[in-house]
Amino acid sequence: MIPFILCLILFLIGLYGIITQKNLIKIILGLAIMEYSVNLFLIMIGYIDGGTAPIFSEKFHISSYVDPLPQAMILTAIVIGLATTALLLAMAIRLYRKYGSFDIRKINSLKG
Amino acid sequence: MKGMTIIVKKVTQFIAPIIFIFGLYIVFYGHLSPGGGFAGGVIMASSFILQILANGEILDKLRQEESGLEFLESGAILGFIIIAALGLILSGSFVFFSNFLHNGVIGRLLSAGIIPIENIIVGTEVCAAITTIFIALVVYKDEVAL
Amino acid sequence: MEIYLIIMLVLMICGSLFSLHAKDLLSAVISYGIVGFGLVISFLLLQAPDLAIVQVVVEIVTLVIMIAVIKDTTEEQNKQTASFSHFVYLLVLLLFTIAFYLAFEKVSGGLSPFGQHVTRMATAYTYGVNTTGSANLVTGVVFGFRAYDTLGEATVLFTAVIGVLTILRLKGKKGE
Repeated sequence: MIPFILCLILFLIGLYGIITQKNLIKIILGLAIMEYSVNLFLIMIGYIDGGTAPIFSEKFHISSYVDPLPQAMILTAIVIGLATTALLLAMAIRLYRKYGSFDIRKINSLKG
Repeated sequence: MKGMTIIVKKVTQFIAPIIFIFGLYIVFYGHLSPGGGFAGGVIMASSFILQILANGEILDKLRQEESGLEFLESGAILGFIIIAALGLILSGSFVFFSNFLHNGVIGRLLSAGIIPIENIIVGTEVCAAITTIFIALVVYKDEVAL
Repeated sequence: MEIYLIIMLVLMICGSLFSLHAKDLLSAVISYGIVGFGLVISFLLLQAPDLAIVQVVVEIVTLVIMIAVIKDTTEEQNKQTASFSHFVYLLVLLLFTIAFYLAFEKVSGGLSPFGQHVTRMATAYTYGVNTTGSANLVTGVVFGFRAYDTLGEATVLFTAVIGVLTILRLKGKKGE
């Protein structure tokens, strides 16, 4: 049970970063940390003690593999995470070029 | 962004093709060993990223390459849908994405029906997408008006 | 086995805390790499080599992109002074913590303990090696049983690329 709780703590650290940090890059880092913790949590659910990697071989009995379904889900989620992080960074570049800063307080104060 | 020294450029000339071939290996053996279209595509993209970082940017050339990459990416998605539609027509079972080739012997390179073809298509798409993102972030970053 | 995973998770927590409190952005991004590479080792410990390969390459590309973005920016780090709004943020964080912990308790009641998973839904996928003919079961699930998900993933990736180009490109392609 301890790995699950540590995963929750990692998720909450990412949330802490999003709520308290003032720098756009650090907010993006917090979002990415949350995403990583969710990926790890889903893989942990599918793990079986003493299981082998889900690659077919004559040596192992077929019931000894770990669960392939969460791994297949997370495989696509990792690549999508890269694309969304790049999208957020593109928005951060545009804001930096417009206001000359990554600080969200300065961006807020110049509004309107 | 400027290029790097002559040593880095020469070493890149040797290393980048090897990385690209390793990515192709990961894609082609995706149904037998760990890997597949996603991993191989990102590895191939990293070989292009290495070349861009080492040689510096030549803006006009990169811009041409970017439009070619967009064409490649759109074509890959179109190919994926065509493969799915061929399964609908040829297998006779009216199921999208159904397998219309023979499964073959498990563990051989030519096996698993349409899965290797889908691996190649997805590898092309991921490689084109990530290289486009990198070129856009590096090239257009300096172009955006202050 | 479980103890190694706990060590890696503690390392990842330390790395993420340091990343969020680093003085300049470059060291923040580099220590964010600790979290990603710790995740790679955790995937290897959890018997997921496909994910480890994808994660290690994606992490390298993410770090390269982030460093390319923040390389030329000159950012003086503002001192975080304790103000009234800071306490409000911490209060909000406390409320979120309680809410997430209650939800976690509710969810984890239905889960098996760590390492004793019973493959209820995925039993058909585990026996799917004869259906798809693919020796790698994960590839069999991604491209065989759940190919619709992969099509959706390709569409999302395409949309993200179009979004990046739309945000960053100011002039039209023809050059006005």
